Amino acid sequence: MDTRAQEFLEYVQSGGQVETADWMPDEYRARLIKFIEMHGNSELMGVLPERDWILRAPTLQRKLALTAKIQDEVGHAQLIYRVVEDLGKPRSACLDDLVSGKAKFHNVFHYPTKTWGDVGVIAWLVDAAAIVSQKALLKCSYAPYARIMKKICWEESFHILHGRDVILAMVTGTREQFELVQEALGRWWEPLMHFHGNPIPADEDPMYVWRIKSQGNDEARQQFLDGYVPQIRELGLEIPDPALRKDEETGRWLYTEPDWDKLRAVVSGHGPASAERLAFRRLSREDVAWVERVVLAEAA
Amino acid sequence: MIYEVFRQERKGQPFQHAGSVVAPDERFAEIYAREQYGRRQESVALWLVPREAVHEIDEFPDEFDLKYRRVDGYSIKARLHEAREKALSSEPRAPNQP
Repeated sequence: MDTRAQEFLEYVQSGGQVETADWMPDEYRARLIKFIEMHGNSELMGVLPERDWILRAPTLQRKLALTAKIQDEVGHAQLIYRVVEDLGKPRSACLDDLVSGKAKFHNVFHYPTKTWGDVGVIAWLVDAAAIVSQKALLKCSYAPYARIMKKICWEESFHILHGRDVILAMVTGTREQFELVQEALGRWWEPLMHFHGNPIPADEDPMYVWRIKSQGNDEARQQFLDGYVPQIRELGLEIPDPALRKDEETGRWLYTEPDWDKLRAVVSGHGPASAERLAFRRLSREDVAWVERVVLAEAA
Repeated sequence: MIYEVFRQERKGQPFQHAGSVVAPDERFAEIYAREQYGRRQESVALWLVPREAVHEIDEFPDEFDLKYRRVDGYSIKARLHEAREKALSSEPRAPNQP
């Protein structure tokens, strides 16, 4: 690493923030693009599991709330792709790489949504896990990304509440409703434990080294468990990991080590719903191509 | 075309930079900005500014060390301590040197 890059590294490590027009090392730019692009892809792909339930939502109120959440997530994708564009990769290139399977998106969006219970668990717990990561991005060394994260976190808080409300309605309902939630939690626990990534020490994680993230993967997972295990258990729900407990001495959660090879397989497009979701995204991209043409022609 | 978006949260508050939108013209820029920065009543007003119209100044050299014009130009701690000691002491203050 040359002197200028070394100085840059020290600057971001001491809490310094960078703007779009500032000089930055090529490695930093490349890592930013990859990370932020994956975040944008995840927002865009993340609406597909929920979209399946718009028509099947149990009440009009739920239908409206779910639609609003989906609208928010697509909006997040737009904000995030804008940040990537300013770093040098056009939105169309991001979408090309997404539909061709070259670019990745978050593991949790590679799974099917079997019941309304899954919709509740996604809105409550997947969004809760996401907000742990996103809150840590409020301190990202790349300032334009940190700034839009403020708006995103603000909207996510409504999503979590909506999800929790869906779950509360079901756990206070009939036995069958409670079972729907318990089964969904069983399906989602492994993906949730995968969500924050393998426990690579923060100092060896390039995303932390460049202060793109402000905490390590396992820190994020610990924070998620701290916040949500008590909230899950107080509803009488059972978490499908007999080893899960808090070590009172260290204050850290102990759990069965997730299968990290499985996570790698899922995010590289081998999850249970990966192919179907990408096919749908490809189809809708072709379907709406005419809109872009009309808008550009109209403005010209 | 890139438009920078500034938003005002409540009347009387400053406009703050929120992000940007890409749009083929001002009409579309307005639609996108409304959608992304105003649809939840989170703003009472938006400013849209073409990126090229922003004239940025980011260097403020201080060649003459003008910090006497700022609060951080004055470090009074030691001097205040001495003044307080002297006020309490019965020793007469030294006269001016001839």
